[in-house]
Amino acid sequence: MIEIKDINKTFGDKHVLKGISAVFNQGMSNLIIGGSGSGKTTLLKCIVGLHEPEKGEVLYSNENFTKMDFEQRIPIRKEIGMLFQNSALFDSMTVEENIIFPLNLFTEMSISEKRDRANYCLEKVNLKNTNKLFPSELSGGMKKRVGIARAITMQPKYLFCDEPNSGLDPKTSIVIDELIKDITDENNITTVVVTHDMNSVMRIGDNILFLHEGQKWWQGSNKEIAHTDNPELNSFVFASKFMEAAKEKL
Amino acid sequence: MIFTHLGKYILLLQASFKKPEKFKVYWSEIMREMVSIGIGSLGIVCIISVFIGAVSTVQTAFQLVSNLIPRSIIGGITRDSAILEFSPTITSLVLAGRVGSSIASQIGTMRVTEQIDALEIMGVNAPGYLILPKIIGGVTMFPLLIILSVCLSLFGGYIAGSASGAVSPNDFIIGLTTDFNPLFARIALIKALVFAFIITSVSAYQGYYTSGGALEVGQASTRGVVMSCIIILCADYLIAQLML
Ligand SMILES: Nc1ncnc2c1ncn2[C@@H]1O[C@H](COP(=O)(O)OP(=O)(O)OP(=O)(O)O)[C@@H](O)[C@H]1O
Ligand SMILES: [Mg+2]
Repeated sequence: MIEIKDINKTFGDKHVLKGISAVFNQGMSNLIIGGSGSGKTTLLKCIVGLHEPEKGEVLYSNENFTKMDFEQRIPIRKEIGMLFQNSALFDSMTVEENIIFPLNLFTEMSISEKRDRANYCLEKVNLKNTNKLFPSELSGGMKKRVGIARAITMQPKYLFCDEPNSGLDPKTSIVIDELIKDITDENNITTVVVTHDMNSVMRIGDNILFLHEGQKWWQGSNKEIAHTDNPELNSFVFASKFMEAAKEKL
Repeated sequence: MIFTHLGKYILLLQASFKKPEKFKVYWSEIMREMVSIGIGSLGIVCIISVFIGAVSTVQTAFQLVSNLIPRSIIGGITRDSAILEFSPTITSLVLAGRVGSSIASQIGTMRVTEQIDALEIMGVNAPGYLILPKIIGGVTMFPLLIILSVCLSLFGGYIAGSASGAVSPNDFIIGLTTDFNPLFARIALIKALVFAFIITSVSAYQGYYTSGGALEVGQASTRGVVMSCIIILCADYLIAQLML
C-alpha cells in the first residue's frame, strides 16, 4: 500500500501539483488519469522520489519514504519497478542486458538463471527473439514493452507504469493491460499506472484518480466513472465518439 | 555562483566514491572505460606526439645558431620540454576534447533521456556507477598515454632532426642521454594523473547536471571541454610552481 499526503510540487513559479492526497491499495491496479500536462508524470516521479515534493509525504507500507535519505531508500527502491514514459532503456546495452542489469547488481544468480529470467520477462510482454537487439533497433512500442520487462525482472512489490500502452496497437495494448493486471493479482503487489487510454481505464481501473490542473478532481472505480456529474471528468471520459456511443451501456 | 558549482562538484565526487554495489559490475565498466579512453586515444596521441617532437627539435635548432653551443643540446632541450610540458599538457588538452566531450555528452544524454533516473529507481548509486569507472579508467590510462607520447615525441624529434639536417642522429642521441633529471619524469606522471582526474570528473559533472534536451547536451559537452582545459592550465602552472 502506498499513501500520499498533501503532495505539492512547483517548477520555478509554476505550481504543478496542488496538494494531492490518495491511497494506492495493494493487489489493485491504481490508475492516475488526466489530460496532457495535468501533472501525472510529475506525481508519479514525486511518489518514487525522483522529484522531491516541496510539501507532503509519501508512505510505503506506512514507512515515511519522503524523510529517508538515499541509503535508507535503497531497500524500498529494490522493491520498485518502473516504466518511464519514454522507456528510458540503457541504450549502450542490448535488450537482454537491460533486463539483466538489476539482477547483475543485486542478486547472486548464475548467468543461465539470469538468461532464463530475461526470457521469461520478454515472453510475458510478447517479445521473443529480441534479446540481442539494441534499443535503437526497436520500435517505440517495443521499447515500451522492454521497459515493462525490465520493470518486472526483480519481482517488484510496487510497480509504476507511465503510459504503458501509448504507442501500442489495440491488440498489444490489451496484452499489456492483462499483463499488468495478472502481475498485480498474482503477486498481490501495488500497481500505479498513469494512462489516458480509456480502454485500459475501463479494463483494469480498480481505483482511479483523476487529476485536473494539478488537483485531485475525482477518485473512484471504473464502475463509477461513467456515471458521475463531474463535468471535467465527463468531458475527459466521453471525449471520443466511441465512448459517447457506449455511454448508455456502461 | 562558482562556489555553488564547486560544492555540487565535490558532493558529486563524494557520491561517486561510495562503496560499489557489486564489484564485478564495476570492474567490467572500468575495463570498458580503459579501452575506450586508452585504446581509443592511441591514434590521436601518436599523431600529435610525433609532430610535437619534430617541431620542437626543428625550432630549437633554428634558435640555437651558435658554434659555441654543441648541437647535442638540441636533443636535451627536446627531451626536457617534451617530458615537462609538451607531452603531458598538450596531449591532455587534446584529450580533453576527445575524452571530455564524449563523457559529458554520454552522461548528459543519459540524464535527458531519464536513463539516470532509471538507475536511481533501481537503487543504483548512479554517480558511482557512471562516474567512478570513468575516473579510474582515465587515471590509469593517461600516464601510459603520456609515456607513449614522450617516446614518440623523441622519435619525431630524431626523425625531423636528421631529415632536416639540423642535428645529426648521433648528436641527438647524445643530447637525449646526458643530464637526465628524473624529477621531470615524476612531474610528467603527476601531471598525467591530475589532468586525467580533471578531465573525467569535470566533464562528468557537466554531463550529470544537464537538463533539457539535445541542445543542452551539446552545451554541456562544450562546457565540459572548455572548463577542463582552463582547469588543466591552472593546475599545470600550480604543479610547475610547486615541484620545480
Ligand atoms: N522538469 C520540469 N521542469 C519544469 N516544468 C516541468 C517539468 N516537468 C514537468 N513540468 C511541467 O509540469 C506540468 C505537468 O507535467 P507532466 O509531465 O506531469 O504532465 P503529464 O500529466 O504527465 O502529461 P502527459 O500526459 O502529456 O505526459 C507541465 O505543464 C510541465 O510543463
Ligand atoms: Mg506524462
